[in-house]
Amino acid sequence: MEELDALFQGFAVALTWYNIGMMVIGIVLGIVIGVLPGLGGPNGVAILLPLTFTMAPTSAIIMLSCIYWGSLFAGAITSVLFNIPGETHSVATTFDGYPLAQQGRAGEALTASFTGSFIGAFVAVLLITFLAPLVAKFALRFGPPEYFAVFLLTFCSFIGTGKDPFKTIISMMLGFGLAAVGMDTVSGELRMTFGWSELLRGIDFLIVVIGLFGVGEILLSMEEGLAFEGKSAKINPKVVLETWKKLPKYWLTLIRSAAIGCWMGITPGGATAASFMGYGIAKRFSPNGDKFGTGQLEGVIAPETAAHASGTAALLPMLALGIPGSATAAVLLGGLMVWGLQPGPLLFVEQKEFVWGLIASMYLSNIAGLIIVLSTVPLFAAILRIPFSIIAPIIIVVCAIGAYSVHSAMLDVWFMVLFGMVGYVMKKLDYPLAPLVLSLVLGDRAEAAFRQTMMGSKGELGVFWSNSLVGTITTLALLMLFWPALSFGWQSLRRQLAGSR
Amino acid sequence: MLRTILKVSKKSLPFSAAFLACIGAAPALAEWQPTKAVEIVVPAGAGGASDQMARMIQGIVVKHQLMKQPIIVVNKSGASGAEGIMDVKDAKGDPHKLMVAFSAIYTLPVAVGLPFNWRDLNPVAMIALDEFLLWVNSETSYKTPKEYLAAVKAAVPGTFKMGGTGSKREDHIITVALDKINGSKFTYIPYKSGGEAATQLVGKHIDSNVNNPSENIAQWRAGQVRALCVFSENHMVYKEKITKDQSWADIPTCRESGVDVVYQMLRGFFLPSGTSKDQVAFYADLLKKVVATPEWKDYLAKQALKDTYLTGADYVKFLEQDEAFHNKLMNEAGFAHKK
Repeated sequence: MEELDALFQGFAVALTWYNIGMMVIGIVLGIVIGVLPGLGGPNGVAILLPLTFTMAPTSAIIMLSCIYWGSLFAGAITSVLFNIPGETHSVATTFDGYPLAQQGRAGEALTASFTGSFIGAFVAVLLITFLAPLVAKFALRFGPPEYFAVFLLTFCSFIGTGKDPFKTIISMMLGFGLAAVGMDTVSGELRMTFGWSELLRGIDFLIVVIGLFGVGEILLSMEEGLAFEGKSAKINPKVVLETWKKLPKYWLTLIRSAAIGCWMGITPGGATAASFMGYGIAKRFSPNGDKFGTGQLEGVIAPETAAHASGTAALLPMLALGIPGSATAAVLLGGLMVWGLQPGPLLFVEQKEFVWGLIASMYLSNIAGLIIVLSTVPLFAAILRIPFSIIAPIIIVVCAIGAYSVHSAMLDVWFMVLFGMVGYVMKKLDYPLAPLVLSLVLGDRAEAAFRQTMMGSKGELGVFWSNSLVGTITTLALLMLFWPALSFGWQSLRRQLAGSR
Repeated sequence: MLRTILKVSKKSLPFSAAFLACIGAAPALAEWQPTKAVEIVVPAGAGGASDQMARMIQGIVVKHQLMKQPIIVVNKSGASGAEGIMDVKDAKGDPHKLMVAFSAIYTLPVAVGLPFNWRDLNPVAMIALDEFLLWVNSETSYKTPKEYLAAVKAAVPGTFKMGGTGSKREDHIITVALDKINGSKFTYIPYKSGGEAATQLVGKHIDSNVNNPSENIAQWRAGQVRALCVFSENHMVYKEKITKDQSWADIPTCRESGVDVVYQMLRGFFLPSGTSKDQVAFYADLLKKVVATPEWKDYLAKQALKDTYLTGADYVKFLEQDEAFHNKLMNEAGFAHKK
């Protein structure tokens, strides 16, 4: 048990008062960053990176990674309370988290999401501890076809889960269209910018999300007569304990989401894709799947567990291979180089103290993070008691700041307003918003992966079954896509057989 | 706002003049000083080579207290960097905005018809040149660029895959240049970053890449990739062993290996147009102090960058030549934007 030895030495490194102090500061900063839409983990870490240049590398990365954990935890807070995802990976958390809050169960939803996050992270850290070198190798097997197959699986797990598959597909195609605006890296040409240089940077999905969910929701509430739907929940420590009692029921969802998250973090599909896939798959396989979207605890646990597991696991390929599994990991990677550490296969050999100090700090900081966020549940849930006529303008202002800060561009604020109206209309016409967001987030990468694959195979589609890995994922994706048709066919076949008997 | 700036400059002028008189022949002391936080615009994503360099400089300036005002690094990576470039172009006369430049300033206008030319900006200084190398997976048998290119030529055109950072960018230009002198055809696969191209090479999803040293160093040290040659005139200068038996200086140039392709990429700085000589002098001087620090030397060695400081007329001359070189390559490769 060489790893255990190294891990305990790591704990010795991480458990100094100075490092614990850095941990707490990092988590609190991360929560603030996570709550504000537009100011995500990567930006937060990038802004604070120069502050750490004078610190010892181990303390510096402990603080920076804690900012990351804090923002992962906190992304759920605004999703649940106001239907505005604070982070890209907590979009899926709004689907059931917000309805829960409207039923006066915000405390439960937040507790479930934080605990789910914690469990996801814990599984991922265990994985990093014991399987680091082995798992890191697996990531190397991912070329363009494998990436595309993973994205396909995410998309397919979403189609057909909605009430009306055609509306889902229309919404998804809108998202693909929006994702295509701007520079196309595969051909190196601009697309759909209509000669307008403001459109060069494309349409950032965060702006669309803030508009669709945040502004759209406020428009709906206004129509319903300025009354905030959320009844102020009874907030006391009992809520936490009662929610914990319910959690073991969802063990299968927890395990499934943690596994999806770890896998997506390592490969690297990213936390956002992981949260959507976690939600989509939980919806497909849960016995309560058809009730998803109306306020199911499971619908909160599934995406949060997957997102946090993936965010944590994303650090593994960064440390072991020098490939960042997420945007935040990419910034941390830059930080490592500035501190004079060279991430890559040799880091585990040459910088044992650093690596294991970091891994040990992941255990400690996730426990610390859970305690900190749980103790703030009453505080955040209390916001719901503020009358709507006061809170709504504040939310709009926060949304506008969030939209502006993504690119420091005024046009983005107008886009936010526009998408607020689009969101309102889509909700009125009963079009699902989730597929649009999903394809806007992943459409660009899915397209690039597909075209890279086609360039390599000279247009041969057989490449998606060219080895066992990609073949399995692709087949799984197609099964997912046609599952409703298949199960319908199977049932009618059985009925016919029964009838003929 | 204007009034405060005027006040400050009025106050500081006599002071700095007196200061100059005191120490006599001071070496071109800049009289202008920033009056608010300076923004370094990085037309590339967080974590990439340009971003790392900007943040390194930010760290050095803070550590050595080279400037009173703080520095903020802002990533404007949209549209392969066009977002950042256009942002600085539109900030006419703003002396608190500094842009990190790389060869996108020549390639983007040609490739996508971006209404931009580096003459729309005010050149400050070039602080380094980045190298490009030809890399293959170390499990292959190719030891020299000739051997590898011969294999590419012998194969059915398009069999060998070259990975890079994006279409019609540096890597793609080099790939087409290689094809041209070799009479072969690579399939060029554009990834999103050099880091991705590095991993894809280790995973054998591509046959080679032409990454910068910093993008492939981790994989090189671990023995997963092999450097065949460097696309520069001379050997690199860093003699410290990086792998068990090789230093950067040990890698032959492509030219001496019989593959006559030379390509280096500038790492320089620009101010928006309409800024004064004093303002340019201030930043040129600041950067000169930055490149003299031990931290910078260390950074150059780690990233295997070529130490090159150019400013004033020398820098402009370099830009003119480099631009002509890029235009020629881009046109030859057929990358020019079709109207």
